[in-house]
Amino acid sequence: MPHEVDMTRALILSLRDWHAGQSKSHPIRRVLLLVGQFTGVEPDLLRSAFARQKLDTAFLREAELVIRESPFVAHCRGCNQDYQPDIGLRYACPTCGAAMDEIRSGRELKIERVEWADDDVTG
Amino acid sequence: MCGPGSDHSHGPTPAGADLNVDLLEENNDTAQRNRLRLDLAGVRCINLMSGPGAGKTSLLERTLAAIQGRMQTAVVEGDMTTELDAERLRAYGVPVVAITTGRACHLDADLMANGLTQLEQAGSLERFDLLFVENVGNLVCPAEFALGEHTRVALVAVTEGEDKPLKYPLMFRCADCVVVTKLDLLPYLRFDLPHLIAHIHQVNPHIPVFALSAETGEGMEPWLEWLQTEVAGIGTQPVVATL
Repeated sequence: MPHEVDMTRALILSLRDWHAGQSKSHPIRRVLLLVGQFTGVEPDLLRSAFARQKLDTAFLREAELVIRESPFVAHCRGCNQDYQPDIGLRYACPTCGAAMDEIRSGRELKIERVEWADDDVTG
Repeated sequence: MCGPGSDHSHGPTPAGADLNVDLLEENNDTAQRNRLRLDLAGVRCINLMSGPGAGKTSLLERTLAAIQGRMQTAVVEGDMTTELDAERLRAYGVPVVAITTGRACHLDADLMANGLTQLEQAGSLERFDLLFVENVGNLVCPAEFALGEHTRVALVAVTEGEDKPLKYPLMFRCADCVVVTKLDLLPYLRFDLPHLIAHIHQVNPHIPVFALSAETGEGMEPWLEWLQTEVAGIGTQPVVATL
C-alpha cells in the first residue's frame, strides 16, 4: 500500500475538521496542495488515492485536487548561490562540489487553499 | 499547474479560504505528544530505518546483547514478519511490542502511541532508559512520518551498493546517524566503502557514519559508544526532522 493512501487519509481528516468548523456547509470544489519535489510523495499516486477516497465523503465528492509542485532547490553558502540538485545522481553544489547543506525548497507538503461555489450551499 | 485564484472557467463564482496547514499536521501533533510521554519518563527513543533486509533485527540483537544489564531497554517492533523476530529479541530479556500487521509501509505516530501504551501496561515507561523502534523495511515512506523519536538511524548494507544514498536521499537526509551493515561481506563484493560514505555525506554533510558487522562484531564499539552518548541525551533533535 503506497503511503500516498495514508497521506490522503490525513488530508481528508484535516479538510473534514476544517469543514466542520465552518458556519455554512458548502461542498468543496477544489483543494489546492503544494507538494515539494524532495518529499516521498508522488503527485499521481496522491491524485488517484484522492479520487477514490473522496467518494466516501459528502463534502468532497465533487472536489478536484490541484497539486502545485515546488522545485527542489538547495543553497551553497560557499558560492552564495541556489542550485537544483539532480535527484538520483548528484546533490553537491555544481560549482564548487560542496555537499548539500541547506535546502531552500522542495520539502513542502501543504494544504494551501480550498474553494467552493458560493451559491451551492447545502445545509 | 493552477495556483490559487487561477482560471475557473465555468459555473458559479468560486469562493475560498487559505488554509496553509501541513498535510501531516495531525501525525506531527501526535508525534509531539509521544515525545512528551518519552521525555517525562526520561526514555531516549531511537528509530531504526532501512530498506528490507539491511539487518535491523541483527543489529538490534547484537546491540541488546552488548548493553544487557547496562541500559534498561525496550523494543517497539514495526517490521515483524513473524512472531519469530520478536522471540529473537525477547531472548535478550527485553520487552518487545509489535505494532504492525505486516501490510503497512511505514509506522506513524498513532501506531507509536499504541506501542507506548502497550509498554505501559506492565508498568511506567520510567523503567526504561532506551527504546528502539524498528521501522518497516522501506527506504521512502518512514522518513516522512515522525513518531516522536529523538534520533533517526538509517541502515544500509554493503550488499545494497554505493548508490543507495543518491537514489533514496530523503532517508539519509532525515537521519541523524547512518550505520553501514554486513561489513563481513566486503571481501565478496565489488564495493567501495569510502565511496558510499562520500555519497552519504553529499546528501547530509555532517552526519556520523558507523560501519560494522553484527555477525562478527567488527566495528560495534564506536556504535555502542555513540549509543551511550545518545542515552545521556546529548544532541537533542526536533520532533519533525528539520532539513
